[in-house]
Amino acid sequence: MVSLKVNGTTHTVDVDDDTPLLWAIRDNIGLTGTKFGCGVAQCGACTVFIDGQALRSCVTPVSAVGTSEITTIEGLAGKEADAVQAAWIARDVPQCGYCQSGQVMSAIALLKENKKPTDRDIDLAMNGNLCRCATYVRIRAAIHDAARALEI
Amino acid sequence: MTAHDPKLSRRSLLAGAGALVIGLHLPRNAKAQSGAGAAYRPGGNASFAPNAFIRVAPDSTVTVLIKHIEFGQGPFTGLATLAAEEMDAAWSQMRAEHAPADVKLYANLAFGVQGTGGSTAIANSWEQMRKAGAAARMMLVQAAADAWKVPASEIKVEAGVISHASGRKGSFGEFAEAASKLSVPENPPLKPASAYKLIGKEGATKRLDSADKSRGKAQFTIDIHTPNMLTVVVARSPRFGGKVASFDAAEALKVKGVVDVKSIGYGVAVYANGMWPALKGREALKVTWDDSAAEKRGSPELIAEYRKLARQPGTVAGSHGDAEAALAKADKFIEAEFVFPYLAHAPMEPLDGYLEWDGQTAHARFGSQFQTTEHQTIAGILGLPPEKVRLETMLAGGSFGRRAQVSQHLAAELATVAKTIGPNRPVKVVWTREDDLTGGYYRPLFVHRFRGAVKDGKIAAWSSTLVGQSFFLGTPFEAMVVKNGIDSTSVEGASEIFYEVADFRCEVHNPKVGVPTLWWRSVGHTHTGYAVECFVDELLQAAGQDAVKGRLALMGDKHPRAAGVLKAVAELAGWKGPGPVDGRARGVAVVESFGSFVAQIAEVSMGPEGEPKVHKVWCAVDCGVAVNPDIIRAQVEGGIGFGLGHALYGQITLDGGRPVQTNFHEYRSLRIHEMPEVEVTIIASTEKPSGIGEPGVPPIGPAVANALAALGHGRPRQLPMQGGTV
Repeated sequence: MVSLKVNGTTHTVDVDDDTPLLWAIRDNIGLTGTKFGCGVAQCGACTVFIDGQALRSCVTPVSAVGTSEITTIEGLAGKEADAVQAAWIARDVPQCGYCQSGQVMSAIALLKENKKPTDRDIDLAMNGNLCRCATYVRIRAAIHDAARALEI
Repeated sequence: MTAHDPKLSRRSLLAGAGALVIGLHLPRNAKAQSGAGAAYRPGGNASFAPNAFIRVAPDSTVTVLIKHIEFGQGPFTGLATLAAEEMDAAWSQMRAEHAPADVKLYANLAFGVQGTGGSTAIANSWEQMRKAGAAARMMLVQAAADAWKVPASEIKVEAGVISHASGRKGSFGEFAEAASKLSVPENPPLKPASAYKLIGKEGATKRLDSADKSRGKAQFTIDIHTPNMLTVVVARSPRFGGKVASFDAAEALKVKGVVDVKSIGYGVAVYANGMWPALKGREALKVTWDDSAAEKRGSPELIAEYRKLARQPGTVAGSHGDAEAALAKADKFIEAEFVFPYLAHAPMEPLDGYLEWDGQTAHARFGSQFQTTEHQTIAGILGLPPEKVRLETMLAGGSFGRRAQVSQHLAAELATVAKTIGPNRPVKVVWTREDDLTGGYYRPLFVHRFRGAVKDGKIAAWSSTLVGQSFFLGTPFEAMVVKNGIDSTSVEGASEIFYEVADFRCEVHNPKVGVPTLWWRSVGHTHTGYAVECFVDELLQAAGQDAVKGRLALMGDKHPRAAGVLKAVAELAGWKGPGPVDGRARGVAVVESFGSFVAQIAEVSMGPEGEPKVHKVWCAVDCGVAVNPDIIRAQVEGGIGFGLGHALYGQITLDGGRPVQTNFHEYRSLRIHEMPEVEVTIIASTEKPSGIGEPGVPPIGPAVANALAALGHGRPRQLPMQGGTV
């Protein structure tokens, strides 16, 4: 039995200690917005916040999480999250949409640390998130949009 | 009325809402069932269902049932736009969901069966969806006319509001039930283009799926979770064509959460409560493979064999004049050999599927791209009549051709895995990224040998020989695609070219190799576009001609749409030749695929570590009437990124028959910092709309290669460019 605090609620899940957080979140807790894309921290589709930091849940075993606060896309709140998701929708960023939970999580993490990211900052913050539809042009534009919206 | 099922008659419509959906072959049975899929009811609780596509609910929402799978290319929005235009609906009231599998109602009019591919969704739905919308509008108007006791001709509909000069107004929802009792007009008139309010209008439509996909709410197959469900992963042979000789499941069965382990012939299925136990179980499994019939050649051996074949006469796919004679007496003779690797599609959501089966009925849910044949495959394996099997198409996390399975292998695996464990155990089969990349169904490896001649500053002769696997020869689809021994998907784009050359020949060899292959976004054009557009550029250079003007001259007046996009992209980019200027050079390419014309100019420099850097791509596209301009731009932006990533980095290599690349750390995929700026112009057109999901892909590779030539690096003869000749 492992105890996990996800989106403010503590869940007790009956999984082995080595179970990646991704599968506990998806299969045991039933929050499926966080996606599986590679299993080896190469694509970023599984990005969640652990104590506010964007991390890859597919290579984070539940045993390493302890009492940390986990936030998934379902539990987002705050002005950065609102601005990023509004910008994503306004720009029609998603195509297939499968990677976009991870993209949105990484973008929010960026804007929390950097209020006015440059293209270079976006490259560095977002290059761990693959999009096979290559929606990158719009991801970049939407991050700039969100940053502008947060200035107001 | 429906376009294809006259049996869905006025009589069934008159019977009221419960019967309105008989044409979908669903709810009447569903009501009597407590088993598989009882809750599945496309269109929700509509009170007005004038045809197979339109559902109007009392709250005025209009749900369009979409016969094509949505995996990013935009049919939810595109087909809903066509219907909404003719209904005069407000865009905010539009919704979309997948239609069920039903060939009588939802066939792709270009295929004759239900399925998506060849960038046909908008093209084949162009009239059908507008007529569906127009019929719905006429009925709503008539219902309002009856209620208000005014002539229907005096009623206006604007942005979802039905009104009359007398001041009366109403919504679709208010008249939905009354409209459902009217007869369906047989041939409703369509608007002239001048009256369009949505089609082709910038900003008039937005993607219907953006909000859910930005909030993690969109439901994909992998997200399905039902009580009693087992997650299944399959151990497959490391070589293609291998099968299970024996296996020892003792350790696998000790893994907490593993429920069962069973052979399915070509592999061993591990059934578990959740993905992680399934993966641990598979890891603990010991399988001995029978490789006796497996393919054991690697990429180097295949390339060597193909090179030899490229020097032997093949099947003639196109010929005029006498290319050999002209080559013999040329001033300048140029030969180029191009090598294209196997490529994986690697959609972000790997293959997966869900199936419930109680022994009598079944309900399959997955990202089905060929619904009709997959439906039949599942029914056949489960031994059920097709009407006892429901197929629900799910949103899919990309495809790029991977889900358009000629072999039906995923549907077959899903049904086999379910049948093997027995009834009343719902299964969700999931492929991992490793399963995906090492699992075959690749874009085939190709070798092209091109020979050309330049005489008096003109291209005098052109000869090409293409060698690569056909994924149609020997399949049930052969009759559809293969004519006179030529699989058009192998030679499209090379057997006929825009450029007028007096002496022309194209030959093809389709060798038998035991590696499963499949179409890959833009199919034959993935390799022919590269070879043809690199080669013409090289010949024009040898002839001392400009890459844009030289191409236009060779097109003459026979290819106005190709010339149109080429001129438009040259203007957009301010083309003044390839350069280089300040270390950056430009290359151009133009390709027609799936009825659409796309020209691109890429601006490229060489990075310090010998990697090309693409800074900007200008693109002109002519896809006929541009139904959703912003989706067209998105598809072109994405197509450029997809094509560029693979041209630069993408390859699956085989070592002794085994795929080498196992995950994204080896199958390098374009990342955000490698994505160029993209500027797109859409040519205004009154031609019928053609495809846009694929046509953005082919020109980018050769445009980059031609820029590299201008930088003095030559056009890469072997892809990917990174690690190749660059």
